[in-house]
Amino acid sequence: MYFNKEYETMPVKKMRELQRERLRWSVSHAYNNNPFYHKKFDAAGFHPDQIKSLDDMRRIPFLTKQDMRDNYPYGLFAVPLDKVVRVHASSGTTGNATVVGYTRNDVEVFAEVVARCLAAYGATDKDVIQVAYGYGLFTGGLGLHYGAEKLGALTVPVSGGNTERQLMIMKDFGTTLIACTPSYALNIADYIEKKRPDYDIRATKLRAGAFGAEPWSENMRKEIEARLGIDAFDIYGLSEIIGPGVSCECSAKSGLHVHEDHFYVEIIDPETGDILPDGEKGEIVYTTLTKEAFPGIRYRSRDITRLFREPCACGRSLVKMEKVTGRSDDMLIIRGVNVFPSQIEQVLMEVEGTEPHYQIILDRKASLDDVEVMVEVSEKLFSDEVKVLDDLRGRISDRFRSVLGITAKITLVEPMTIARSEGKAVRVVDKRKI
Amino acid sequence: MNVTQLSVFMENKPGHLLHVLKILAEANINIITLTIAETSDFGILRMIVNNPAKAKKILHDASITCSTTDVLAIEIEDKPGALYSAIDTFAKKNLNIEYMYAFPEKRGDRAVMIFRFDNIETAKKALSEEGYSILKNIEIIGG
Repeated sequence: MYFNKEYETMPVKKMRELQRERLRWSVSHAYNNNPFYHKKFDAAGFHPDQIKSLDDMRRIPFLTKQDMRDNYPYGLFAVPLDKVVRVHASSGTTGNATVVGYTRNDVEVFAEVVARCLAAYGATDKDVIQVAYGYGLFTGGLGLHYGAEKLGALTVPVSGGNTERQLMIMKDFGTTLIACTPSYALNIADYIEKKRPDYDIRATKLRAGAFGAEPWSENMRKEIEARLGIDAFDIYGLSEIIGPGVSCECSAKSGLHVHEDHFYVEIIDPETGDILPDGEKGEIVYTTLTKEAFPGIRYRSRDITRLFREPCACGRSLVKMEKVTGRSDDMLIIRGVNVFPSQIEQVLMEVEGTEPHYQIILDRKASLDDVEVMVEVSEKLFSDEVKVLDDLRGRISDRFRSVLGITAKITLVEPMTIARSEGKAVRVVDKRKI
Repeated sequence: MNVTQLSVFMENKPGHLLHVLKILAEANINIITLTIAETSDFGILRMIVNNPAKAKKILHDASITCSTTDVLAIEIEDKPGALYSAIDTFAKKNLNIEYMYAFPEKRGDRAVMIFRFDNIETAKKALSEEGYSILKNIEIIGG
């Protein structure tokens, strides 16, 4: 099923032509209306007039996460603030966060691409879509919400958490499709198994799930599908580009179709920056073609995948990307929240007297990511009173919640207990099996 | 001079107390009394030892987190109700006890209690006024 057949099945040649035209507009828009892009392009000796064909992309300098941080909060906007109707933001401390803006038209495009994803999973205006992503600065909740409304489905904005209520709504409201992180889907299955054996999920109308915001494997798909009795589909996106809806799976469940009329994709060698041919694995780089408020020109996503263009059984002509399972940097995705070890370090440093001797242990317990942060107790932190150490633990835990948006168990450990390899502490131990 | 307590951070795991005690034993440190405050993850070992400065140094050198704190060692009578009256005095003076523990051996016919207060000088003054005998470091750990 299509939401916008014209674009979703556009012949490749015609799509290339459309992309070229839109690229020229997007690059000029960024150059003419944003001082940062202007300076960056000038410094690289690039001018938008040099774009004659899509091959000329390689002349454009890359945009990095650091560029976004350096331009916090509004430095990468290319329209006046009165044209911006919404912002979303990644988690992080000030200066670490990325704030993205949307004009009215951007909000429309965002809703459109999400609606296309939902249609690709077989949803129509007859569906009841339960949005169990968190609502807020995170793009997941509002992204799926407006996409579901755009499709004309009955949209249930339940937001994340409170599994008991999710189950009640699912049954009473007649939910047919749920949108959440894949680990939360498994958490629901665990919850039913342990706490609600009387709840028959197969007797509800639930038949599909749109799962994203964190990497997940084919094994997780099999498990979710078997335990919840549904079809599980991947939805991919990143707030820097628009949010969920950059690409989605279809009935074929073999790769995600990129909405190429809005996003141009390239695969590069993360070491050299060279463009790799279709089929080769590398880092995916995005260029927005229609975004007004926050144009992303050759944004290095750090996500590792490959592109392939074999005809798809679903009839879409849009290029496919493989499910993303790796990163070319050290970013962690914890319960759908993007976190860099450097942010964790900063949070710890801000707690008075904490030394940067820490280790993060990620595990998956009851299907959800479990975060334990081990902090070595130096003499500066130590006290002969338990309440002082408990306070310390509470302060660190509060900072994790308020700044990074993740709940972590803080464990105080003795000095030198965190394994050091070549004098440097091993910061992250990821025991999760995805 | 106040009594010096040595406090040591330990994870609540088998062998950790043993490790600390071994280091102290090898350095010929005598433990006069001790107490452990425990949580599910960690514990704080608090000790009165014969040479706190030396003990602190050798533990520090062994990468063990430790600190020294001034505490009050107070003589009280060894009879029913004696501890009650002592604590009653603190309550009336609005002195909050952070923690306390006892000496295993008596001093003559009196018991010795260790108290940790937030403000040791205020507590000391208040107790002296009430006629309590506050022991000096030297009286506890010997010359």
